[in-house]
Amino acid sequence: MKFKAMTALSLTLAVAAAGSANADPVEDELIVNGETEIVTKTAAPAHMENIDEVMSGWLFRENDTRDMQRDDFDNPGMLAVEAAMETWDEVEGTAGKACSDCHGTLDDDQMVGIRAVYPKWNENAGEVWTLEMAINSCRTEQMGAEAWGYTGTEMTNMSALMSYASRGVPVNVAIDGPAQPTWEQGKELYYTRTGQLELSCANCHEDNYGNMIRADHLSQGQINAFPAYRLKNAKLNSVHDRFKGCVRDTRAETYSPGSPEFVALELYVASRGNGLSVEGPSVRN
Amino acid sequence: MADGVKPRVKVPKSAAAGDTITIKTLISHNMESGQRKGKDGNLIPRSIINRFTCEFNGKSVIDVTLEPAISTNPYIEFDSLVPEEGEFKFTWYDDDGSVYEDSKKIAIG
Repeated sequence: MKFKAMTALSLTLAVAAAGSANADPVEDELIVNGETEIVTKTAAPAHMENIDEVMSGWLFRENDTRDMQRDDFDNPGMLAVEAAMETWDEVEGTAGKACSDCHGTLDDDQMVGIRAVYPKWNENAGEVWTLEMAINSCRTEQMGAEAWGYTGTEMTNMSALMSYASRGVPVNVAIDGPAQPTWEQGKELYYTRTGQLELSCANCHEDNYGNMIRADHLSQGQINAFPAYRLKNAKLNSVHDRFKGCVRDTRAETYSPGSPEFVALELYVASRGNGLSVEGPSVRN
Repeated sequence: MADGVKPRVKVPKSAAAGDTITIKTLISHNMESGQRKGKDGNLIPRSIINRFTCEFNGKSVIDVTLEPAISTNPYIEFDSLVPEEGEFKFTWYDDDGSVYEDSKKIAIG
């Protein structure tokens, strides 16, 4: 009897090991251009109840995809960064100003660390602002220019430039103080099941990361590496576009990019990655 | 000239004579295949890079014919022998007749 029980047990173990092995995150280190070290794995922030270690989506990708991010020349997302660098110095709007008139040249390093603390409470507006909202406020209030579409090419390019400027800086969004109610709302959304498939974000990205979802590896759904260049659509994708895609995949009507719900969700999901490096623009499949 | 076209090239600054080096090139380009339809239901006319060449001191290193199935922002990586110091010249030919050029010097040592 004992023998039989043991065989059965070892069989189960073998099956479990075989089932999970090919989707597990890899052991690897990301150093961009041989100089910028990126933290892709670290202890989970204190507020997370069900996960001990947070991991960048980079660790869940194939070798080739990971390699593309090691060198800026191989990273197609850098084309967007270059485009935004030109925009940075372009005068636009009725005030006759460019980004660089207030924020200096990019070499001044004034924008370093900005990406890492957004979404962030904005005292004047009395709400939590994403980086996109801050950029559009700059455009309409300071430059007298037209606002960019929330997930439009120009906006995503500029967002990529902000990520690039802060690359390697640990994500550190504030979840206490005035931002707390928004953060709570985001957490609520994260754990709420939606759609015909009745899936919450947590069902995939908390309970099942490291497992296969059809032919793909499920990551933890971290957003430290956005905007992400996706090989599937050959363009940079913003966080809210990705949220929309995920919610759609649960077969639900989605919130729209830039909506208060997605802003709250972005704050909460960003806070789950506190401690990971800003990594964008990243390469994903 | 199509919008937002910008060539980029990566060549080592120096190499030993007789060395084989790896060259990486990328040009940002839409590579509109001519198969897709626009919002009005009409075909979007084809507009691609149809030829790429690389020369070293006037001698051909590589000459590539590109076809419509090649994706946006074509990336071409290849090896080249470096017998002496000189200059790599890169040329991309657009369907609309535009020619984009870049060059990189390489030293021996």
